[in-house]
Amino acid sequence: MTNSNPAIEVVGLTKSYGDHSVLTGVDLTVPQGTVYALLGPNGAGKTTIVNILSTLLTPGDGEIRVAGFDVRREPAGVRAAIGVTGQFSAIDELLTGTENLRLMADLAHLDRASATNAVTMMLERFDLVDAADRRAQTYSGGMKRRLDLAMTLITRPRLIFLDEPTSGLDPRSRRDLWAIVREQVADGVTVLLTTQYLEEADQLADRIGVLDGGRLVAEGTAAQLKRRVPGGHVSVQFRDVAGLASAAAAHPDATTDAEALTLQVPNDGSIAGLRRVLDGLDDNDVAGLTVESVDLDDVFLALTGHPAEAPTSQESPA
Amino acid sequence: MNTTYTVRDSATMLRRNLLHIRRYPSLSIMLVAQPILFLLLFVYVFGGTLGAGLPGVDGAAGGGNRGDYLVFITPGILIMTVASVALGTAIATATDMTTGIIARFRTMNIARVSVLTGHVLGAVIKTGFAVVIVAAFAFLLGFRSDAGLLGWLGAIGLLILIAFSLTWLTVGMALAADSVETASNTPLFLVMLPFISSGFVPTDAMPAGLRLFAENQPFTPMIDTLRALVTGADPGSDLWLAIGWCVLISLLGYLWSRQLFLRVPAK
Repeated sequence: MTNSNPAIEVVGLTKSYGDHSVLTGVDLTVPQGTVYALLGPNGAGKTTIVNILSTLLTPGDGEIRVAGFDVRREPAGVRAAIGVTGQFSAIDELLTGTENLRLMADLAHLDRASATNAVTMMLERFDLVDAADRRAQTYSGGMKRRLDLAMTLITRPRLIFLDEPTSGLDPRSRRDLWAIVREQVADGVTVLLTTQYLEEADQLADRIGVLDGGRLVAEGTAAQLKRRVPGGHVSVQFRDVAGLASAAAAHPDATTDAEALTLQVPNDGSIAGLRRVLDGLDDNDVAGLTVESVDLDDVFLALTGHPAEAPTSQESPA
Repeated sequence: MNTTYTVRDSATMLRRNLLHIRRYPSLSIMLVAQPILFLLLFVYVFGGTLGAGLPGVDGAAGGGNRGDYLVFITPGILIMTVASVALGTAIATATDMTTGIIARFRTMNIARVSVLTGHVLGAVIKTGFAVVIVAAFAFLLGFRSDAGLLGWLGAIGLLILIAFSLTWLTVGMALAADSVETASNTPLFLVMLPFISSGFVPTDAMPAGLRLFAENQPFTPMIDTLRALVTGADPGSDLWLAIGWCVLISLLGYLWSRQLFLRVPAK
């Protein structure tokens, strides 16, 4: 991957099991050194895409090149370039943290000294030094996920796949993991991640693809996606009814809540729009003000016609 | 993928499997206990009567006692030990296939078959330990032999070869199985098959149809060869027949396992 070809190039990818279509023509381009998030609910086809791109599953139709290699004809080339941390723990529970990392280093054919160095570095970077000689089956969920990711990164892949990397993690572990992903990107690594967490895509990704029912229903930066959906507003709280009434008269498109003494003025999130609202307000009348922007949940609802399913087994992200 | 990497990856995977055997010894202990129980059962419960039925020096019945029967069945029990460990390997392999790390191996640029060779080589080493323990038990019960060094070396070599072939076969069964439960059942016949061979009674004593099967199934030349080697006799043509069966079973088991593991699944 020394040239400037995209890290991932997918055209017209389909996949079906019998009569059941899982992917119905997905096009995807991920430039090198960028983060692409596949966002979608359970069953949208996120994991199927990751499995096909990482040579775990045969594709249906379509042209698929990963790290410049054709996944059907040159799977070994693909495998040499990628690292995968799947949705399910891919660690050896009977082995210790050190032994797991050493296993990966040996399989990457590092020489003895480099392997030992790499293992030590990874244990330190992923905060596993104290647990290094304990069996992985005794680790907490967050530690297992860190070990899992350390095993993926010890071979220094140029392209990593993270399939729902933070599902089931507590807020702190999630932020730790985000920091690690950002470090990788700073080193020029390309990342394709899948997530059900809209905030995670917003935090990490350069581009987001919204996947629903086996196809990409929208694609763009977080800001571009948000702009496609109306719904942002400025919420102003007044001290008394008189203040509310006069402001309401100046904004015929606003929604008035007389009981709470608040006025909701539609806003596109731009400075100019916000200034227009502020200019019309008298400082003495206003008790408080909040700017509510559209979040990706609104985007998801608008684009797919149904809300993103919140994962039932976990709390929502911090 | 060149040969150097195949060897290196296999060694790495072997180390992984040896750690597993050390960390999870209860399965191995159970697998050794079973042939020892059979040995005790056959020698002390049935041995007096069955020993009397062994052919004597002139081929006539009534030639032996309990001690003679111990010598007669020890080769069969040793081969049953090999089959028993191979059954355990099927369970261990099938269990391993359900873990996430196998999917990780599949996404790595390694000699993929090394995942399987690691299991097989680990199992052969485990079989070595199991056979030594069971053989030591037979000695404890009074097994003595006139075999020389060459005979014992031949016996060890043959047992390793049998372990290698049965393990490749059971690894294939493990990969073909849709669950760990299935994988623990399908190889059971390997543990039962030595009963219908020359292992426990001379095949002459069986009814015609059964005798035809017993004399021609692979365990019979294996057991006859092993018996000849550990008693200092000449195995004759049985040796080549036993080796032939082992090579054939190894090859088929290897190709079958390899094909099952290397294909990229469509679902």
